[in-house]
Amino acid sequence: MKTTNNQYEKMVHKASPDSPHAKNFLLAFLVGGVICALGQGFHVIFEKLGFEEEQVKIIVPCALIFLTAVFTALGVYDKLGKHAGAGAGVPITGFANAIVAPAMEYHCEGLVLGVGANLFRLAGPVLAYGSAVATIYGVIFYFLGGK
Amino acid sequence: MAKRIGRGTAELTCRPAILGQAAVGGQTEKDGPLGHAFAEIFAEARLGEKCWEMSETRLQQAAMRHALTSAGCTAQGVDLHLGGDLINQCSATDFALRELGIPLSGLFSACGTFAQALAMGALALESGAFTRVSACASSHFCAAEKQFRFPLEFGGQAPPTAQRTATAAGAAILGQSASGPRISRVIFGKVTDLGVKNANEMGAAMAPAAWDTLRRFLEDTDTKPGDFDVILTGDLGEIGSLLLCELAQAEGGLDISGAHKDCGLLLYDTKAQDAGAGGSGVGCSAAVLCGEILPALRAGALRRVLFLGTGALLSAISPLQGESIPAIAHGVEFTVDN
Repeated sequence: MKTTNNQYEKMVHKASPDSPHAKNFLLAFLVGGVICALGQGFHVIFEKLGFEEEQVKIIVPCALIFLTAVFTALGVYDKLGKHAGAGAGVPITGFANAIVAPAMEYHCEGLVLGVGANLFRLAGPVLAYGSAVATIYGVIFYFLGGK
Repeated sequence: MAKRIGRGTAELTCRPAILGQAAVGGQTEKDGPLGHAFAEIFAEARLGEKCWEMSETRLQQAAMRHALTSAGCTAQGVDLHLGGDLINQCSATDFALRELGIPLSGLFSACGTFAQALAMGALALESGAFTRVSACASSHFCAAEKQFRFPLEFGGQAPPTAQRTATAAGAAILGQSASGPRISRVIFGKVTDLGVKNANEMGAAMAPAAWDTLRRFLEDTDTKPGDFDVILTGDLGEIGSLLLCELAQAEGGLDISGAHKDCGLLLYDTKAQDAGAGGSGVGCSAAVLCGEILPALRAGALRRVLFLGTGALLSAISPLQGESIPAIAHGVEFTVDN
């Protein structure tokens, strides 16, 4: 008897192991937490070094982005991401990794059509929809009388 | 002259022999259970090239060099080259042949390309118009990741159903000889699609194609799974292999688990090497066949093998367009004379 698409879908579902959700959640929580704690650590350090609050808010993301770029270039961040999933992907470090990785991958195709054209290949959707949501939020905020 | 048996199997009367063969691979492939099967290992993934695509070209050239040595002939002595790869427009193959100088017919059946090349090569020899034909197929982990998934250094997570593209190439030289493994029958696959849409479930997408070709071959040739020492599928991996056995049981009432082996499961120790559900890629089945199975046939350890090269015929954009994944499996039967 010929297997139908529906029957096969059930067979595939039964044969395919689930992702190890508990392990993934735990690792994402821990690694994401450590990255955020690292950011907070930088915050404290730069404050202690005498920087103003407004300056610290700029320096801390820059420090995290710089470190991510270094660890992406060293081939470490992809391994972290493989185990930590969203824990490595959601913080600003994940965004930095998503920019540096294509920059490294597409250098063969040249600086303009290679690196330049592919730089936002992964981060582009985040920028596009992030900006769109921020705009909508801003409009609502304005009309609700927010300041 | 070849003759048709049943509805779609070609039986070869001159039964072309494998004159020589070779597999080359990367470090991960060397670290796997078949590390001994490679004629040359490239520990450095770039193979001295700046771009992954050219690295794959170098893999093909190395495989061809070793295969020609194994067959005891030169590129000038080969009349036709059949081969392919996964890179856009089969460029790894085309670029490799810039230096070899053998007339080329480029092929594409995704990971089933090596089986297609062997089947076409056997028929070309059977026609009498060619005396020696070479077949080669390759894949490179980094080139495939770049084209089909994410940049290499991107920290993403793969589901357990995903397979690892092999950095490997296999090449074989076919011709007439009194000894060595022979190709006795070939069958071409039908494009089969049971609606799998997830590009991380390639094994599941390809299993129905493997079963369709296996079923037609067994019917055409009036054989049973037990008649073969090995029924070797290309790169179904753990999930696809399980599904193939289930389909054979459900649709054909056949237990193939005793004879079935999968190149994707032979190439890596999937758990220890973090290779997901097993190996995949054009070079996976080409390297396992040329590095392990053909030498075993030559040595007499195996006497009859049915090789089913499986390919998932998706493009990098077709899953994004909502298309399910069509698949194909070409079959090549190897036998050894007494």
